[in-house]
Amino acid sequence: MSKENLQAALSKQGAFGKDIDLSQYDNSDVAHVQSEADISEAGKALMEHVGIELDAENRSASFMQVDNAVLEPKVKVQTPLELMNTGKAAEKYPELVEKYWWKAVAPDTDKYTAVTALEKENGYFIRVKAGEKITYPLQACIFISHEEQLQRVHNIVIIEDGAELNVITGCSSDPSVDKAIHLGISEFYIGKNAKLTYTMIHSWGENVAVRPRSATIIDAGGQFISNYVCMEKAKDVQMNPLTRLVGEGAVARMNSILVAPEGAHLDIGGVVSLEVPGCRAEIVARTICTGGEIVNRGTLIGKAEGIRAHLECNGLMLSDTGYISAIPQLDAYTGNAEMSHEAAVGRIAPEEIEYLMARGLNEDEATATIVRGFLNVNIEGLPESLAKKITETLDTFSYNKGM
Amino acid sequence: MLRIENLSVAVKGKQILKNINLHIAPGEVHVLFGPNGTGKSTLLGAIMGFDRYEILEGKIYFKGQDITEAPCHERARLGIGMMIQRPPTIRGLTLRQMITICGATPEEVEKMAQWMGLSDFLDRSVNEGFSGGELKRSELLQLMAQKPDLLLLDEPESGVDVENIALVGRAANYILQNSGGESCGGSGCDKGCCSLNCTANPLAAPQKSGLIITHLGHILKYVPSSHAHILYQGTLTCPGGDPLDILGCIGQSGYETCVNKGCRRIRK
Repeated sequence: MSKENLQAALSKQGAFGKDIDLSQYDNSDVAHVQSEADISEAGKALMEHVGIELDAENRSASFMQVDNAVLEPKVKVQTPLELMNTGKAAEKYPELVEKYWWKAVAPDTDKYTAVTALEKENGYFIRVKAGEKITYPLQACIFISHEEQLQRVHNIVIIEDGAELNVITGCSSDPSVDKAIHLGISEFYIGKNAKLTYTMIHSWGENVAVRPRSATIIDAGGQFISNYVCMEKAKDVQMNPLTRLVGEGAVARMNSILVAPEGAHLDIGGVVSLEVPGCRAEIVARTICTGGEIVNRGTLIGKAEGIRAHLECNGLMLSDTGYISAIPQLDAYTGNAEMSHEAAVGRIAPEEIEYLMARGLNEDEATATIVRGFLNVNIEGLPESLAKKITETLDTFSYNKGM
Repeated sequence: MLRIENLSVAVKGKQILKNINLHIAPGEVHVLFGPNGTGKSTLLGAIMGFDRYEILEGKIYFKGQDITEAPCHERARLGIGMMIQRPPTIRGLTLRQMITICGATPEEVEKMAQWMGLSDFLDRSVNEGFSGGELKRSELLQLMAQKPDLLLLDEPESGVDVENIALVGRAANYILQNSGGESCGGSGCDKGCCSLNCTANPLAAPQKSGLIITHLGHILKYVPSSHAHILYQGTLTCPGGDPLDILGCIGQSGYETCVNKGCRRIRK
């Protein structure tokens, strides 16, 4: 795409979400942090909170980008996977650039993709060669340390035929950072009978704007399990990733857990396009409002015979302020597409609380138990320690801020 | 065990129960008969302490303690256990977790679920898609784990198929007999039952107390009951009569005649 076209796209607003004036942020590549040692203790604690192991002991590889600078990735020698800065990968593999760079996400989609495409490339390039199954998860930490930083990330993940990988991405900002913006473009390519499990946990500062732009292309028999967790106060997060199932029997499953405390605005969705026969997809979202605002979108597009897909947007209002707006959408382009959705938003039914109280739990414990059950969406691929951390966070949250 | 004095209860502002007096001693199981809509479930709900039952006047004492104002969970912790007639589904909370909340150890969970034919339901959301009979068995399973000193059963047979009535009856009896899981020696054992299949006399005097709502009385074949009452138009009548006599009277003459003329006289 020509530079002129990208320049023109710099004024193009996103399809959803509040428009953001990017000129108010610092779009420089100055490395404010040279190594992990330069990160504050509070910042490190937040990284651990979003699932990052600082010693990376139980990880196959570890990537860290702070602001717009990528620290030297750690890759264990024995793992047959590649992990490097996307910019470096582009120099090393020009043939892959032709095939994969900006092919799932159009660079002129909106101003956020355009600014990322125009500047020097950061983010991670991951490739797992055909048939290789990586046992330990790969972790990627995307962190903002500098006030008013505009962070650009362009990730490319290629899982070749028959390969498998589990990726955990933890995104956070240093507690000293008030205002910043994160632009994350991710392009995932899942080969025939390959499997990618991708878990992303967000814990951004209160005044950080977040605009991920992701897309996934899945070939025949490939599987994509995507989990997204955002439980902290985030001023303005908007994303609506696209997943295209383009090979027979491809499967996509997207789970998200969203909690919006007062002051948070989350506009989170997912679009799955089922383009060949025998594809299956499931989108499951559980949202909780404790005073903030949630727009929960979900779209299934059935374009081929014999596809099956289901969408759930269920929300729990634990506050009299804030809102949840659940917007499920089903688009069928063939008579033989089986698509369904379920959307429910409401309070916890008093009968459910009483039922548990009759079994000996007090009101707070009963509420917490129901909330935990509500959020129990069977997140596959989550390491036990991380699952435990999420449960703990939920517990403190529902005891403190429950009804 | 339970003493109710002059209790009047309203639901949504409408008075349902009038001046109820009831005393259940330790080891006594009382039966509550009465036409639909007469307030039987309201009485059980008021004893359990559910919010929608508003106490207008009167007192409820349990183990000598005034619980009239106590929240539901405190009553449960004191030893009151209730089978809910239409229990809600709690999605994402498994039956296994629910039984654990009720107080069962992991071994008890497996053992008791097997007795109740619910082993395959343990990892399903509690009550989700359960049939009428499965709901009753699930409720009894939870109560087995809870080990209450006062068991409140609201129509334990309704929706249960013929084959499972015996199971429901034996389970209710187990909860009433169980004195804490002591292994029992089988025939003649009076220390309480160690399993649902115990050969001890099924109608031996119970260790615990109970209050059971029933229409058809099938449960009485399996559970030893000593006293019966008819709740009619919000008031308790025939206090303390023999359960099978009163059931026979209702069957012969209907509730109204039975209440107006007095059950015992009719039998004679």
